[in-house]
Amino acid sequence: MIGSVAKHKYFPAALGIGSLFVFVALLELLIRVGMINRFIVPMPSDIVAAFPRVIVEEHVLQRFVLTAGEAFSASVLVTIVGVAGGVVLHRYNLLRLATETWVAAIAAAPLVLMYPLYLVIFGRSALTIVMMGFTAGIAPVILKTLEGLLATRRVLINVGKSFNLTPSQQFWKILFPAALPTIFVGLRLGLIFALINIVGVEFLINFGGLGQLINELAERYDLAGMYAAICFVILVSISVFLLTERLERWLRPVD
Amino acid sequence: MAAVHSERIDAGEPKFPAADPILVVENIVKRFETPDGVLTAVDHVSLTVAPGEFVGVIGPSGCGKSTLFNVIGGLLDGYDGTVMVAGERMRGPHPAIGMIFQEESTFPWRNLIDNVAFPLEIMGLPRAERYERARQFVKLVGLEGFERRYPAELSGGMRQRVSMARTLAAQPKILLMDEPFAALDEQTRLLLGDKVLQIQQQLKQTTLLITHNITEAVQLSDRIVVMTYRPGQVKRMVEIALPRPRSSEIVSSEAFGRYVAQIWSDLREEASRGLSDEEMGKLREGERR
Repeated sequence: MIGSVAKHKYFPAALGIGSLFVFVALLELLIRVGMINRFIVPMPSDIVAAFPRVIVEEHVLQRFVLTAGEAFSASVLVTIVGVAGGVVLHRYNLLRLATETWVAAIAAAPLVLMYPLYLVIFGRSALTIVMMGFTAGIAPVILKTLEGLLATRRVLINVGKSFNLTPSQQFWKILFPAALPTIFVGLRLGLIFALINIVGVEFLINFGGLGQLINELAERYDLAGMYAAICFVILVSISVFLLTERLERWLRPVD
Repeated sequence: MAAVHSERIDAGEPKFPAADPILVVENIVKRFETPDGVLTAVDHVSLTVAPGEFVGVIGPSGCGKSTLFNVIGGLLDGYDGTVMVAGERMRGPHPAIGMIFQEESTFPWRNLIDNVAFPLEIMGLPRAERYERARQFVKLVGLEGFERRYPAELSGGMRQRVSMARTLAAQPKILLMDEPFAALDEQTRLLLGDKVLQIQQQLKQTTLLITHNITEAVQLSDRIVVMTYRPGQVKRMVEIALPRPRSSEIVSSEAFGRYVAQIWSDLREEASRGLSDEEMGKLREGERR
């Protein structure tokens, strides 16, 4: 009986949601009995109650659209420039050998600290935030694109050669589809880094979007409201993740 | 630098077919630079294949079979000698040659019919026409009903048949196969051999099969080229006078057994050399560590 339920296609999703509800209920209980300090972690019921207030009074939907727009713009830039960068490094071996370590170092660097420089270059505007997101997200996309292209099985390349494919056909018909799963791993990583930096810089420079709202609510010590706003950041993250998943399925229906 | 060994072994008078050969391989020598010096993988190898003929090339591991496959297929350059296809000297991959590889080579992101239609897509055929032609080749290899399946949903033998259909769909004049069934179990290998025989009978497809499997070579070939261990040279040509059409049932015949025994007696010494060379190599590797 349990086995047949576990095989149902919606079971994993239902189990995930169920686990989340159990966790939230447990948290509520622990806060109510005083085992967790309610002045540090607000009760989940208070967070839920704060949603209408945050939506109406703090214009969270407009802020959501602004942050999502910045995340989308950074994502497009990261995808186009990152994938192209990986392709160029794959194409020119000398360039790869000369720069791969630097790109890896950039991926590990705390790039958010560059925001004062970006403020000077781009001003206190959405462009600074988008560029910060782009800078943070680009390195993993370049590295994973390169990794995916390099890992293409030699026999598939030889199949292309045996059919006399042009270099362009070899890339679009074999190398690119073969590398797609790894490229999407890089895109997911890159877009997560971009989103963290976008919200972080909104928070730091107190400009527009959900990051600024979180900053304001934290300064007002409105913990329930702040956590409600964080839920909207998670919503942006889920939207970006679903979008990349759809795109991957469209480009490569099966692995 | 190590001295390059280029002594030729007299393979006797080869009985080349009377028809004008469609594939002429002449004096191929391929050397590789290795940390231990220059390695001659293939040394003055010559062979011809007549239209419609099925030729097997057999030799022990390390005799340069795959190097020869890559040279004939145009995937390797920097060799001495010439490869002529239908009277034309080859410089790189030639559209007249279709290749089937030892490793699994279907495209995992394409379903079966799209894999088979791949060369037709490259040729620029309209969608309807390429699917119609692809379906004919899917049927030829006996995979009708699986057109929408992806390679991950197929068995190893089925995937090799997809590769075969894909290569045949390009309608090559010469089919070049490099141990296509090496990764399969013996029973599947025999049954796929039947399929290859059927296809060859139906299409009169000129085929060059590279293999290390004696049974497979005798079952399928009209003529077998036996190669020496490194450097790979032609040791002997064996005409297989078994009647056609054939099937895997022929493996139980007395004549089949005689051919297998004859080829094994040629190969035994070479295989022993290969084995002791490999063991010495492992020993040297251990000492280096």
